[in-house]
Amino acid sequence: MIISVASGKGGTGKTTVAVNLALSLNNVRFLDCDVEEPNAHIFLKPRMNGKKSATIPVPEVDEAKCTYCGKCREVCAYHAIAVLPESDSAKGNVLIFQHLCHGCGACRLLCPQGAIKEVNRAIGVIEIGDKDAIQFIHGRLNVGEAMSPPLIRQVKAYTNNTKTVIIDAPPGTSCPVITAVKGSDFCVLVTEPTPFGLNDLVSAIDVLKRLEIPFGVVINRSDLGDGNVDQFCQDNNIPVLLRIPFDKEIALLYSCGIPLVQKKTEYKEAFRMLFEEIKSNIVR
Amino acid sequence: MKLCITSEGKTLDSKVDPRFGRCQNFIFFDTDTGQFDAQENTNAQFQGGAGIQSGQLAVSKGVKAVLTGNVGPNAHQVLSAAGISIFTGVSGTVKEAIDGYKNGIYKPAAAPSVGSKFGMPKK
Repeated sequence: MIISVASGKGGTGKTTVAVNLALSLNNVRFLDCDVEEPNAHIFLKPRMNGKKSATIPVPEVDEAKCTYCGKCREVCAYHAIAVLPESDSAKGNVLIFQHLCHGCGACRLLCPQGAIKEVNRAIGVIEIGDKDAIQFIHGRLNVGEAMSPPLIRQVKAYTNNTKTVIIDAPPGTSCPVITAVKGSDFCVLVTEPTPFGLNDLVSAIDVLKRLEIPFGVVINRSDLGDGNVDQFCQDNNIPVLLRIPFDKEIALLYSCGIPLVQKKTEYKEAFRMLFEEIKSNIVR
Repeated sequence: MKLCITSEGKTLDSKVDPRFGRCQNFIFFDTDTGQFDAQENTNAQFQGGAGIQSGQLAVSKGVKAVLTGNVGPNAHQVLSAAGISIFTGVSGTVKEAIDGYKNGIYKPAAAPSVGSKFGMPKK
């Protein structure tokens, strides 16, 4: 089963929920897909034992074969190629803007001269480790890279059907989030009872409905703010799976990188119940 | 020779658009004949690569010099590679820009004047 943990608004507690859920269950594989700033390892403290480079294929032009016809530029959906034709005074030139390339391969496939081959460009790393029985995988995108989805997909390739896979998604509602949550059996949306929390929850729900992924809500810092998130969930028949109060001890543990369930063991039961609740929601 | 001026409208009285890649219109002006044609910039809507493809358009139109407010790094690279002169900091009307160019008041820009995504619509 694949459970993703996401949120429209950042800083609501995705990693807290994902990490503590993982520590409360057996047979877990944890994928931190927030590759722009992965932080689950700070709490899980896995022993890393594997590292590999993550790459995407980018085009390279063989100038001996290229006729500067411009087909590659025409088919590039990301507008990443310029072709300067040959003239009496200058030879032709193909300019490839690698940071805009998504590695789709269209230019290589459609080049009439077969002049394009693909070479790998490193965009980040994937690190693999374990913490007791939890298998841990995360991606780290290189600083300055504009696109995280290719790396997120490579982290998600570690999904394993025989395990409970927990995906810590990036915040927001755009491509990185969609890439991270796509294919999940259930998505836990973490929010807070504030106007921002509600606004971004509504956007995130829109995304999940379009992806047809069942979801439920966890309200963090649940005794702060207003009651509008609760009201919204009630009005729209959205299950509130768990409430985590605003508690100085929880904040203190977080600031020390200590998972909640390690010190406040009563939460282990709460996260197990969250898991049971998720399972019953999937069946329904 | 052919000039490319970024423009808000489609006449010589229009104001120079301060963006290159995401300007509203391009005016291609022939200094030999005094004729021009105006073309809407369909690249302006692109999520990415607007500067690159606007540079490409200038290349395919056989332009020798670009007159605009600002040029970003990608467009600068395409235009420079094609040997097109780039003049930034140009303002006023398109006609004033052309006159200014003829009188040699602009200096070529050796480097991009703005960073990536400068011309993106502000949220």
